[in-house]
Amino acid sequence: MRAYLNIFFVIVRRDLLLAFRNKAEWTNPLLFFIIVIMLFPLAFGSDPTLLKQLTASIIWVAALLSTCLSLETIFRTDFEDGSIEQFILSRYPLLLTVNAKILAHWISAGIPLILIALVTGFVLSLSNQTMFALCTTLLLGTPILSLIGAITAALTIGLRGGMLLSLLILPLYIPVLIFSMLAIQNATVGQSITAEIYFLAGILVLALTLAPIATSVALRIRLS
Amino acid sequence: MNMPRWMHQFASLKYFYTLSRWLPRWLALACLVCFISGLYGGLILAPADYQQGDSFRIIYIHVPSAWLSLFIYMIMATAGGIGLIWRIKIAEIIARSSAPIGASFTFLALVTGAIWGKPMWGTWWVWDARLTSELILLFLYLGYIALQSAFEDRRVAAQAGAILALVGVVNIPIIHYSVEWWNTLHQGPTLTKFDKPSIHLSMLIPLLLMLLGFKTFYLATLLIRVRSEILEYECNSAWVRELIKGINNDVK
Repeated sequence: MRAYLNIFFVIVRRDLLLAFRNKAEWTNPLLFFIIVIMLFPLAFGSDPTLLKQLTASIIWVAALLSTCLSLETIFRTDFEDGSIEQFILSRYPLLLTVNAKILAHWISAGIPLILIALVTGFVLSLSNQTMFALCTTLLLGTPILSLIGAITAALTIGLRGGMLLSLLILPLYIPVLIFSMLAIQNATVGQSITAEIYFLAGILVLALTLAPIATSVALRIRLS
Repeated sequence: MNMPRWMHQFASLKYFYTLSRWLPRWLALACLVCFISGLYGGLILAPADYQQGDSFRIIYIHVPSAWLSLFIYMIMATAGGIGLIWRIKIAEIIARSSAPIGASFTFLALVTGAIWGKPMWGTWWVWDARLTSELILLFLYLGYIALQSAFEDRRVAAQAGAILALVGVVNIPIIHYSVEWWNTLHQGPTLTKFDKPSIHLSMLIPLLLMLLGFKTFYLATLLIRVRSEILEYECNSAWVRELIKGINNDVK
């Protein structure tokens, strides 16, 4: 058990180190996130009441898009240098490695996203309830994005172009987007958001149990 | 150890090919009978709807294709799962061949819905829950097809596709309910939906005939696709070569 925990944290640490050393790869999706958020006010016009209504939705859509970009890298370098083969051959279960890699992806891609979203929401002066809803939905939602995305990232490693990845993931992300938007809309008009939060938590638990299994099966298939 | 298993799989594809030789024709015949009687009953015998007039008649295409779009996805995922677990080649081929047919039916359901919606709702498209989930289903199909065409190796493609289809199956109920909830909270229940339980028998029987016709159509096209996939799959094997040689001799 101790050894398993050890190897889990070793892989998390390794992935985080790799991400932070390769700064361009780590920051590009975040920059993309900020630029997409910036584009919407330019497209909609600078009407403050309209922007206030739309800000949370814009942040969520931008988060989905930038996750698509950051997911491309989750298995790519490991696939190119053969580390994944070693993970499969090692005496530790692949499931453990996959879980660690997903956690590392969430820490390096999901958490900065939440922080930037917070700052953006603050700058655009969202109300407290909306901010709270935005934070909770992002906290529950971004791990789901990493988990579901890992399956499709595993299926598409080694294939040319990230277009296919986005095509496969975005339809699967729709429930997360819908529940988050419902929560934020309810919060804006001062209603309770408990139901949506429970739904998101339910999807998160489901994704936590099933997605790593599907990801490791997908990795085995791709490398067989 | 490997040899008997391999031979068994090999034999089963050949067996399937010879067994299903006449099946597409009979299914196509049944489909034709169902289509003719169903369309005659639906377009000529059935009375016009008291509210919607003659434009309700599009349900004879719309409902069967919407129904098949989900049915085929389930077939695709089930066959994919069987192929993934037991590595049965024929299941993989069935899953693969179902996808384009299912995507076409989904597209047909969306288009006929839009054509019906224009005179009835006054718009081609509304963000109704059913419409939205059908559109998402189309994207799931297209994603599956895109993934299939990205791989060179058929077996890897089939297994990767099976995983995607299974993930989709877990997601379909979640998508369905989330979209339904999203819609009802947004637009209220004022939106008209077709009330099916109150349908008259003279309209229902042609509809059931059309359902049967669509299903046999699916099976017939599926078998044709599967048979040609088998030939492509086994193009280097002795029995396919012999078959081709036989056909060439017949032509001469």
